[in-house]
Amino acid sequence: MSGLVAWVRGLTVWPMLVKEFIQLRRDRPTIALMVGVPAIQLMLFGFAIQTEVRNLPTAVYDEAKSSDSRALVQTILNTGNFRFYADATSREEVTAWIESGTVAAAIVIPPDFTRDLARHHTAKVQVIVDAADPLASQAAMSGAALGGQQRALDIVTARGGGGVPLQIVVRPLYNPTLRSATYIVPGIIGVLLSMTLVIIMGMSVVRERERGTLEQLVVTPITRTSLMLGKVLPFVLVGYVQMTIILALGRLVFDVPLRGSLPLLYLAAVGFIGASLAIGLWLSTMVRTQAQAMQAGFLFLLPNLLLSGFMFPREAMPQAAQWISAALPLTYFLQVLRGILLKGVGIEALWPQMAILMGFAVLFMALAVRRFHKTVE
Amino acid sequence: MTAAIQTRALHKRFGDLVAVDSLDLEVARGEVFGMLGPNGSGKTTTIRMLCGLMPPTSGEITVVGIDAVKEPEAVRRRIGYMSQRFGLYDDLTVAENFNFYAGLYGLHGKVKEARADELFTTLGLTPRRKQLAGTLSGGWKQKLALACATAHKPDLVFLDEPTAGVDPAARKRFWELIREFANGGMTILVTTHYMDEATRCDRLAFLSRGHLIGLGTPDEITAQFNQPTVEDVFIALQAKDEGLAA
Repeated sequence: MSGLVAWVRGLTVWPMLVKEFIQLRRDRPTIALMVGVPAIQLMLFGFAIQTEVRNLPTAVYDEAKSSDSRALVQTILNTGNFRFYADATSREEVTAWIESGTVAAAIVIPPDFTRDLARHHTAKVQVIVDAADPLASQAAMSGAALGGQQRALDIVTARGGGGVPLQIVVRPLYNPTLRSATYIVPGIIGVLLSMTLVIIMGMSVVRERERGTLEQLVVTPITRTSLMLGKVLPFVLVGYVQMTIILALGRLVFDVPLRGSLPLLYLAAVGFIGASLAIGLWLSTMVRTQAQAMQAGFLFLLPNLLLSGFMFPREAMPQAAQWISAALPLTYFLQVLRGILLKGVGIEALWPQMAILMGFAVLFMALAVRRFHKTVE
Repeated sequence: MTAAIQTRALHKRFGDLVAVDSLDLEVARGEVFGMLGPNGSGKTTTIRMLCGLMPPTSGEITVVGIDAVKEPEAVRRRIGYMSQRFGLYDDLTVAENFNFYAGLYGLHGKVKEARADELFTTLGLTPRRKQLAGTLSGGWKQKLALACATAHKPDLVFLDEPTAGVDPAARKRFWELIREFANGGMTILVTTHYMDEATRCDRLAFLSRGHLIGLGTPDEITAQFNQPTVEDVFIALQAKDEGLAA
């Protein structure tokens, strides 16, 4: 045991970690950046953001399979708020697609739709909406209502009068009261983590370069791995502290629910935090001053804000934007956050995202280690 | 016993610029070896190559008997390096800075404590153990940097302009310390712009535009070039070399 302790203390990562923690504790501006900024941004974003949505991927489960039902589906799709994804073969399939986020809405037409219509009863149609995203679900509801009215008007005109021929029933899932903050806050956790971690990490290495301590460091026998790990590990802890603060505030101020497993969320976060820090480290190998690191960090923030699905659903984006979106770790972490907090889904639905995040962490770490040399130029 | 430093046909090129040109250098163990030359003469580049901080374009380097081009990590364990900028963390205390660097060189526990006590006593740093390095004056920073660079009792220490920006009394004391370290068996390679410091070295090398233009003890050099002081030799050699270049 004492042999193990001695071995650990003899590793060059140990003095590096001690040093980083002492510096972190004394660095008041960074602590303020880590704690204060997320809190302020959370309030700003939580109260302020509103957006508009089109092209929601939509499943159709048509049990009536008549020309009337097909005409109704077509009218609803034609509003432009929906984009046909696929025909479902069962209700279970519809539910599974919505849970996994494959579709954001589903049009469900019951088998007696055609009969009700023929008998001049009010035929009922259900539109199920993934209301975890209130922007998307509002678009879905208005689109469904508009399509339903048009079709109803056509039928009434054809009949030359009569009662209400059909009724669209909208069933919002997950977030029945359609609160925007509920949807935005989980996203903010991801956005703020990625922004502050990338910038703090990048600046931490560049600061050593600027002050001349990096040159002193690389002339010691410290291994590259120890140097990198010693820089990264303390900020993993910082990432978790930040995440906890935003989660707690989100719950206290915005009543953000926690429907899934908190340990799973913390487990999934390690890949995202790791990926963000590795990106920061990689960034630090490409810039020379702290100001440049800061600018590069903000440059990285922009696609994250716009393309990750934080502000706008990915489905509504043009193809090229979706490709960029697929290359951002935040895109997957948002799915994890919303999945766990709002939908209460478990690891069986989220493991692909978690695997991708770990993959990003490893990939960017490898890139950073490759570019980081124990030499000066 | 092998030499502390030996280089053969050492070259370093940055694009079109030749920073170090066919440098052959030999430094004996226990020697205080001074490297002189104007800014841009290749002093810092040479030191960086000797420390394994920068690979040479071509040539051989042996440091404390180890091939520094092939095994820079093995060299790093045996040398100390103090850069012009001292490489201290302003937001760490004197003791924390020392503990950090000593730890990187594999010192810990009682061995580290004992070495800290020894060095801090010699350097007079003991009353300032808990002071932040950022609040130290130039002279104290320099002493702390020396403590950090020699924590692991290296065979060889590189001091790159260690006395730049330090007051005369502190400079004098610093050179006394350097001599003490050398008497203890440490080899010291130092660069400086101060000619009074140059005369305190055992041997001197003059560099101009990347190559060696003079080598020997201070007395040998003044005799060889028939000049009253080292400074006069330096100015004369530099003028001649630059005249050749023009």
